[in-house]
Amino acid sequence: MPDTHFYHYDDFDRTLVAERVEQFRDQVRRRLAGELTEEQFKPLRLTNGLYLQLHAYMLRIAIPYGTLSTRQLRQLAAIARKYDKGYGHFTTRQNLQLNWIKLEDAPDAVAMLAEVDMHSIQTSGNVVRNTTADHFAGAAADEIEDPRVWCEIVRQWSTLHPEFSFLPRKFKIAITGSPNDRAAVRIHDVGLRLWRNPQGETGFEVIVGGGLGRTPMIGKTVREFLPKDEMLAYLEAVLRVYNRYGRRDNLFKARIKILVHEIGIEKMREEVEAEYAASKDGALKLDPQTIEAIARQFAPPPLPHRPAIAGEVERLKLEEPDFALWLKSNTAPHKMAGYRVVTASLKPAGAPPGDASSVQMEGVADVADAYSQSEVRVSHEQNLVLPHVAVEDLPAVYRALGRLGFAEANVGKITDIIACPGLDYCALANARSIPVAQRISNHFANLAQQHDIGDLKIKISGCINACGHHHVGHIGILGVDKNGVELYQISLGGDVDFGRTALGDIIGPAVGADRIVEAVDALVRTYLDRRDAGERFVDTYRRLGVEPFKESVYAAV
Amino acid sequence: MPLYREGSLQPVADTGPAPLPLADWLKAPTQAVALANTDQPDELSTHLGRLKLIVLAFPKFTDGRAYSQARLLRGRLGYRGELRATGAVLRDQLPFLLRCGFDSFDSDQAGFGVALARARTLFSVVYQGAADNRATVALLRLRRHHQPATLAAD
Repeated sequence: MPDTHFYHYDDFDRTLVAERVEQFRDQVRRRLAGELTEEQFKPLRLTNGLYLQLHAYMLRIAIPYGTLSTRQLRQLAAIARKYDKGYGHFTTRQNLQLNWIKLEDAPDAVAMLAEVDMHSIQTSGNVVRNTTADHFAGAAADEIEDPRVWCEIVRQWSTLHPEFSFLPRKFKIAITGSPNDRAAVRIHDVGLRLWRNPQGETGFEVIVGGGLGRTPMIGKTVREFLPKDEMLAYLEAVLRVYNRYGRRDNLFKARIKILVHEIGIEKMREEVEAEYAASKDGALKLDPQTIEAIARQFAPPPLPHRPAIAGEVERLKLEEPDFALWLKSNTAPHKMAGYRVVTASLKPAGAPPGDASSVQMEGVADVADAYSQSEVRVSHEQNLVLPHVAVEDLPAVYRALGRLGFAEANVGKITDIIACPGLDYCALANARSIPVAQRISNHFANLAQQHDIGDLKIKISGCINACGHHHVGHIGILGVDKNGVELYQISLGGDVDFGRTALGDIIGPAVGADRIVEAVDALVRTYLDRRDAGERFVDTYRRLGVEPFKESVYAAV
Repeated sequence: MPLYREGSLQPVADTGPAPLPLADWLKAPTQAVALANTDQPDELSTHLGRLKLIVLAFPKFTDGRAYSQARLLRGRLGYRGELRATGAVLRDQLPFLLRCGFDSFDSDQAGFGVALARARTLFSVVYQGAADNRATVALLRLRRHHQPATLAAD
């Protein structure tokens, strides 16, 4: 029996990954021997996840659909310990980044990944990237179907795709199987949303041309309903249109969103549908047995019956207010009664968002082995998720996560900040992100106050590439550099929830690094003063508009 | 630029017909044409049977438009003659080029012939159907499912 309840490699997958490691080893050897120029080597290392950053190489490891076994998580901890400084950074694309890798060690590091059926293939470069999914997939109460089955099919199809390995620019796909989109499908190059049509069939809404970066765009629907077994045929048509017609004259205009924007969604639809119709020879139609064989591996674990209400939980709720808050913010409904989905917050007050040490990773693996079917998820909000925790076990899980520093009751709250690595690590950044996140997090550390403020998403990027998704933060913060001074531009009203996806509006001139906490505090105070009952921050902003918020910010800074 | 074909470690002589740019070729179709990577492969369809050589361009090795042209020529248009990659053609592109149906290569890179001889051995499994007609992993899995005993033969 496999040790996982998600896709496990067979000998074909293992062979391919092993051969890829050897190919990369040879490429690194040739680079070190001077047979390859840096220009020639760059796309080769990038498509193996190796970036050249400010201080060192960075290795970005793919965590397909954000799902990890504890065995894999322990190996990541071991790799971080052996080849890095004993910690890693979980990203908004469900990857793990190690920031201090040496070039000559990189082949051995990826060989260690291969030992646990993982890789760093196509985590960078102008290729189809790691496909992301709802981090509650397979556990969420609101799910129509597990999207990871389709992510895995995309993973295999896109890996070393002979036609699409030199695209105009990177290409990110996200898939959700729930009406409550937790995968942000409208801000990806392609988003696939599973839904059930009036005839009772499930299929995909295909969304194309979303993305953040310097030209943020909300994706547009190119196909309302696509039969599931046509997914690859349709994706291949989209990619072929993009590969042939996407702009290559300007790096900043090369994403598919610009193509869609320039030719319009109607023309894009026409091109894609024509390509799809012309290639409909059945070669890419998915065989029912192929789908079934992959879907079977995502069958939920056999969870024993457990009580839906536990005396210990009820008692602790009364005795420990923080536990009661944690239950509210850090646990979510599971599809099976007697279970909850638990989020381990990687955002304790003052900590860099998304960072975990090797010891912490191993600690989470221990908790998941004991209480969550040996499975862990990585969320695009840079937290870890224990997908199958019995209600009865919640107090024990709370305490165990608390010992690791991951039981902060702040999921979805003002200190659950998304931040890119920023100027401290990234060669592209104009300003620091993590220290700003840390200061805001310290300022709002009081949990009862955080819960009073309610759901509020702060997202911080250190440059316009928007890795911190600031455009879709309820409060978005963008670091800019003005004559060598770090300033922060504030936007309000962004959202990624399905049906409400919106880009934030910039409120006015950027504020100084030393005033950013005051600015956020002014925004929160305005909300608390003016909110109607039940309104979230972003709802109050929508109702009142920017003026009162703007006034308070510029009065405070 | 030195020309390589599978089967020879050394560059081979280019003795074939000289390719014409598409616009000239359309006026007077010959046996060889050179497409820019923005040209439409469809334009060759009426006289495709006449062609013995199609040259596709890689102005930069990171510009991958010609891979799609190659797939269209080999797949949808059924072209069976020589398909040549020219321009910035480097050995690390070979696994992709071969899968898309290229069978001759202009390259300045040292060691290109040796790399070409090894290129098909780098990856023994493939996930996608392509112009090289290799059996995909999905197909091999289905076969294995139906005939578990013949596993070793694959």
